[in-house]
Amino acid sequence: MQSFGYKKAGSLDEAARTGADGIKFLGGGTTLIDLMKLEVERPKALVDITALPLAAIEKQKDGGVKIGATVRNSDLAHNDYIKKNYAVLSQALLAGASAQLRNKATTAGNLLQRTRCTYFRDPSRACNKRVPKSGCGAIGGHNRNLAILGTSNDCIATNPSDMNVAMMALGARVHVLGEKGERFINIDEFYLLPGNTPEKETVLQPGDLITAVSLPALPAGTVTSYLKLRDRASYEFALASSAVVASIQGGKLTRLRFAMGGIGTKPWRNPEAEKVLLNGGTIQDAVAFFLKDAKPQSENGFKVELAKRCLTHSLKNALKA
Amino acid sequence: MSEENSKVSRRSFLRHAGVAGAGVAALPLISNAQNAPPISESEKPYVPDGAQDVRLNINGKNYDLKIEPRVTLLDCLRENLNLTGTKKGCDHGQCGACTIHVNGKRVNSCLSLAIAHQGDAITTIEGLGTTQKPHPMQKAFMEHDAYQCGYCTSGQIMSATALLKEPCGKAAGDVREAMSGNICRCGAYKNILEAIQDVRGV
Ligand SMILES: Cc1cc2nc3c(=O)[nH]c(=O)nc-3n(C[C@H](O)[C@H](O)[C@H](O)COP(=O)(O)OP(=O)(O)OC[C@H]3O[C@@H](n4cnc5c(N)ncnc54)[C@H](O)[C@@H]3O)c2cc1C
Ligand code: SF4
Ligand code: FES
Ligand code: FES
Repeated sequence: MQSFGYKKAGSLDEAARTGADGIKFLGGGTTLIDLMKLEVERPKALVDITALPLAAIEKQKDGGVKIGATVRNSDLAHNDYIKKNYAVLSQALLAGASAQLRNKATTAGNLLQRTRCTYFRDPSRACNKRVPKSGCGAIGGHNRNLAILGTSNDCIATNPSDMNVAMMALGARVHVLGEKGERFINIDEFYLLPGNTPEKETVLQPGDLITAVSLPALPAGTVTSYLKLRDRASYEFALASSAVVASIQGGKLTRLRFAMGGIGTKPWRNPEAEKVLLNGGTIQDAVAFFLKDAKPQSENGFKVELAKRCLTHSLKNALKA
Repeated sequence: MSEENSKVSRRSFLRHAGVAGAGVAALPLISNAQNAPPISESEKPYVPDGAQDVRLNINGKNYDLKIEPRVTLLDCLRENLNLTGTKKGCDHGQCGACTIHVNGKRVNSCLSLAIAHQGDAITTIEGLGTTQKPHPMQKAFMEHDAYQCGYCTSGQIMSATALLKEPCGKAAGDVREAMSGNICRCGAYKNILEAIQDVRGV
């Protein structure tokens, strides 16, 4: 690991002021320290934000919830209010990583975790995301774990997170403290497609500090669920996963959001596919619509069928169809 | 590593943490600014002494160290403090051999920076029990022969003791899931599971 400066931020203001290009905020470190050891990440300094008052899970007056940026994944997953009202989030978190890692990993860190593409993690290989315009080793190379949706000619890396898929289905909002004060970013607008700038993964600017993620209240009669398919039963990233949040009132589907992980360059949602079901269409049609632009790579063609079955299963369960 | 220190072996480098990469000193948040005058951007490359004073509380005892921010808690335990019960398997959060407790919770020490854990209560396998008075989990591992080579064992035991205080179902499958962050290359999983269920009284 290269040398770097370190400071534990004493206040939010101090953290926001020290944030800058080349400086990284340290949450649990389970992505950052890992990648710094590989010299994929080479920050000049780390600002440790774990002592800041950002570790609360606060129920909001309207029934929603505000989750602090440094709430540990394990604390979030085991929180009673989350388990009762946002089961999909708890399930997604517990499906990810290991108990030790979840005790370290934070909400904001998980939102910003980086791809597991092996070329990205190996500085001796070409990777446009790590070194812009250096090429992509994964296209035509080892890409079994990589994306079939949202890919470009420059990058096909998957967003590996489980939590983010649930956040997408729940319609989360990201609270950011930046140069110009506080702003809120809808999770639907938070992640960027790789296009020809795969190094840019979110709309955050250098120095932006995530302070919280908030979730809207869900209407009564909402069912939520997370399904993760992977190479082994535990401690493995998703090949395909799906999160469904469906509200059924008086026997009628009134509200629906779903998203998939393991198959997209960002946690993947397609509101038009949701509309198919909201307008009385079949699950089969909605799933086909969701996957219609799927573009398999040399090694991950199986994901098209796997994703189809994963989403179909989840929707059938949620809608009891 | 930068040019300046690439000839030094990593181990001696950590011990004599006096060299470091360039470009850090211009930042206001660097702690060694106290001993060195501020360096302007134009005076780079600069090789600052990145070491800082760090006090760690491990197994109830305070240790005062001077270490660089990049020293992981795992390396600090093993290399600086000679607490070698904690093992390094993968160094990337993937195997669980380095599992320790921070304020009662199990974490991977390989992905933790020592400097970030001032003020925390750190427990390692050395602090869990003694040869004369082993922790019930240590006893159970011996009774159930829950190891072969023993390399993963301290991590397994640190995970297993933390698990006792976590929300975890009674079923074998629940324990397997909760222990999935600890890999055993020898495949002693069956006996590890038995040892844990024995201590839990399941
Ligand atoms: C072996 C292994 C297996 C894993 N398996 C899974 C899995 O199955 N599923 C899964 O979803 N994940 C998995 N993970 C990934 C894990 O969930 C992430 O590493 C973790 O969530 C990152 O959170 P952190 O707090 O440790 O982030 P950090 O490493 O601290 O930070 C990550 C990034 O976010 C930035 N950051 C952190 N906090 C803020 C903030 N408040 N504002 C702005 N920027 C911030 C950091 O600067 C850094 O760039 C695995 C990881 C490992 C090592
Ligand atoms: S898929 Fe993206 S992350 Fe992987 S090698 Fe190509 S550019 Fe890099
Ligand atoms: S050495 Fe830390 S998890 Fe493998
Ligand atoms: S006993 Fe050898 S690795 Fe587990």
